[in-house]
Parts: sequence; C-alpha cells; structure tokens
Amino acid sequence: MQTLIEINKLNLFYTAFHALKNVSLKIPEKAITAFIGPSGCGKSTLLRTLNRMNDMIPGTRIEGTIAIGGTDIYSNEVDVETLRKKVGMVFQQPNPFPKSIYDNIAYGPRLHGIRNRQQLDEIVENSLRASVLWDEVKDHLKRSAFSLSGGQQQRLCIARALAVNPDILLMDEATSALDPISTLKIEELAQELKDRYTIVMVTHNMHQAARVSNQTVFFLNGEVVEYADTEKLFSNPSDQRTEDYISGRFG
Amino acid sequence: MMTTRKEFDLGLDELKALIVEMGQRVEKAVGESMSALLNVDVAEARRLIAEDKELNALEEQISELGATLIARQQPVAKDLRRILVAFKIASDLERMGDLSVDIAKAVIRLEGQTLIKPLIDLPRMAEIVKTMTYESIQSFVLEDVELAHKMAKDDDLVDALYSQIIRELFAIMMENPTTISQANLLSFVGRYIERFADHATNIGESVVYLVTGTRPDLNS
Repeated sequence: MQTLIEINKLNLFYTAFHALKNVSLKIPEKAITAFIGPSGCGKSTLLRTLNRMNDMIPGTRIEGTIAIGGTDIYSNEVDVETLRKKVGMVFQQPNPFPKSIYDNIAYGPRLHGIRNRQQLDEIVENSLRASVLWDEVKDHLKRSAFSLSGGQQQRLCIARALAVNPDILLMDEATSALDPISTLKIEELAQELKDRYTIVMVTHNMHQAARVSNQTVFFLNGEVVEYADTEKLFSNPSDQRTEDYISGRFG
Repeated sequence: MMTTRKEFDLGLDELKALIVEMGQRVEKAVGESMSALLNVDVAEARRLIAEDKELNALEEQISELGATLIARQQPVAKDLRRILVAFKIASDLERMGDLSVDIAKAVIRLEGQTLIKPLIDLPRMAEIVKTMTYESIQSFVLEDVELAHKMAKDDDLVDALYSQIIRELFAIMMENPTTISQANLLSFVGRYIERFADHATNIGESVVYLVTGTRPDLNS
C-alpha cells in the first residue's frame, strides 16, 4: 500500500503539556486507519494536526513534520484553506449549517467559486449518493438540514466534506453521538468510501476499530505503543499494554 | 494497572473449572475402562457407558457459557482465545470420553470369554495417556507451554506401544485363527488409546495457541 500521510518525529505541546511524543507513522492511502487509546492519549490531537485544526488553539507548538503526498503541511507555502479542502473532517456531533440540505452541500463548492447551477446540482447529488443519503432526501433538498435525524445529519456532514473533493476524510468520534443503527450505516459508508478516499478515524469504540479499519494505532500518554494491521492488533498484539487496553483490563 | 472486568473474569474462571472437571472425569474413565477390560467386567463397562452422558453435559455447559461470554463481553485477543480454546479442548475431551466408551463396549463384546493373552502393553498405554490427560489439563490451567510440549512427546511412546501390540496380535492370530475375533477387538482397543493420546496432544496444541497466538503441530 502506498503511503499518503507520513508523520515524522512529531512532538506537540499545549504550552507546557507535552501532548504528542515523538510520533512517527506512515498512513496508507485508500484505507481506513483507526486511532485508539484512553482519553487524553493524544489520538484526537494527532488527528487534528492532519488538517491543522490545532493552529486555532493558542499556545500550541509543533516539532517534526507531517507530509501529505510528499508536501510538508506545516511549511509556509501551504495554504491552510486549500489543505482543509483536501483533508475534510467530520466531528462527534453532527454540525450541519442552519440552511437547507442542498445549501449545506453546495456551501463548500460555492466558497471555492462554483456558481453554475447545473454543476452544483451535480455535486450535491453525487455527494449525497456517496454518503448514501440521496434516496432519503432527494425529494426534500430544500428542507432545513435540522429536519434530518442525527444519523442522517452525520451523513449530510460527510457529504458536505466530500463535496469539495478531498483526498482524506478525518472522522473524530463520528458515531459516538449516534444510535447503533446509524452507527452501522456510517461504518458501512466508511467501508465504501475507502476505495476512493483515505480515512483516518478516532474512536473510543474499540469494536468499531476492529470492525471497520485496516490498520489500528494504539496510543498511550502521547506515544504510539503499537501500529499494526487491525486483524493482528486485535487478535495477537505485540505489546502487553495493547493487550491490556483492548481486553478492557486497563485503568 | 487495574482489573476492570470482574464479571468476565469470573466467567473465565468458571469455564476453566468446567474444563478441569471434564479432564478429571476423562482421566478416570480411561483408567476404569482399562480395569474393566483386564477383568472382563461387563457390569462395570455398562456403568462407564452410562456415565459418559455427564461428560457430554459438561461439554454443552462449556459451549453455552463460552457463547454467553462472547455475546456479552465481546472479548478480543487472548481473552477471545481463552474461550475458543475452551471450546476446542472440551470437544477433544468429549471425544476422549467416547473412546473410553468404545473400550467399554469392547468389554461387553468379550463377555464370557477368557483373554487370549495377559494384557501388559494395553494397560501401560492407558497409564501413559492418563498422565498425558492430566498434564494437558495442567498445562491449560497454568498456561504452561513447556509442559504442553513435554506432554506431547509421550505420544511417541504411545505410538510405539501400539505398533508393538499390533505386531504381537498378528503373530497370535497367525498361530491360531480362532483368536482372530478377540485379537481384532484388542487391536481396536489399542487403536482407541492411540487416538486418545492424539486428542491429548491436540489439547497441548490448543494451550500453545492460547499462549502464543500461533498454531503449532505437536503431532509431528
């Protein structure tokens, strides 16, 4: 598998707190990589460095490099808006805009200068199809996004991220606020999307990582303890700390 | 580090206790079926056949408990292997119980007959497989890979004794064809014990898999 994201000796500090310690990882393209670990282990922090969401947190300092497709995303030449177009993100709570379903999806493309109605229609339909929401909403595209259920809203947010044609989709606990059925739908969707996108997900639900991901990274206290194929990590981990954590015998 | 899975650990302990109980019964049954053979004690053979039902019930109990633990506790890695291995060991033990029943059935077919020869090597085989059974269960309880390997080596002794018995019975049959029916029966008994030892070896393999996550072949 081709590496898309290469993290090299990454250290991250929130003022005095050393949140990520010497993290080096190669994340392959067109696969699902899951980050797991107890609260405060640094998994979400690392996810947010991938589209520079931590830039907004004052006192954050980074050492080391993160290259996506060979480009260091923290170099001065990189435009953060362009980066975030390429690296979309879905959060724990669905966060649709207070607009219609259609306008939620068209928002990004419009921001990037697409005005042609027909072209926008196409993007909206393709994105909603890709997030497996189209059949449920195609007759009510003008309705408010808030009229959708939580699970549908989350799929809308995924469609919104896909509308600007990203390479990478980051999912930060994207199903933890959803019921089991909606969760399974998002998991299935992730499986379908990985043929076209590189997905990195943070999850507290270990069984979700076991079910959907190709690789799993286990973090503890800001360090990578183990990075392996998901099958290996959940059946025969190399590190006792991984075994303890995935067996629920930890903390 | 703190253990946070009391309920699950209790279930695993119970599973282990059931395996130990099956192991003890199997060990006892093979010894008793051999005594029944030596004495051509048909009543004892019938009792042993009836007793096997309890062993089957234990295997079912293990299946049910293991399934419940998987469904409710969703174990992974070694915890999952503990349950998978319990299923496998219980099934090996159940087969070992059946082989003791087969010996007991041979005893019933010998009813009223005098043995064509004094039985020396068959009881010897039975002694070895009793020890193998004990050690295989012990290696499971202690998760002791070394003991599992040591136990599996005894399988070679059992195989050697079995070949010897077959050769000897052949000679007797050729000398006196009227012994064929009983000699045949006795060679079957040898075969049952030889199979019994293979199942004990399987248990050893399960233990290695439990501890290391890799599947060895202790038969080779």
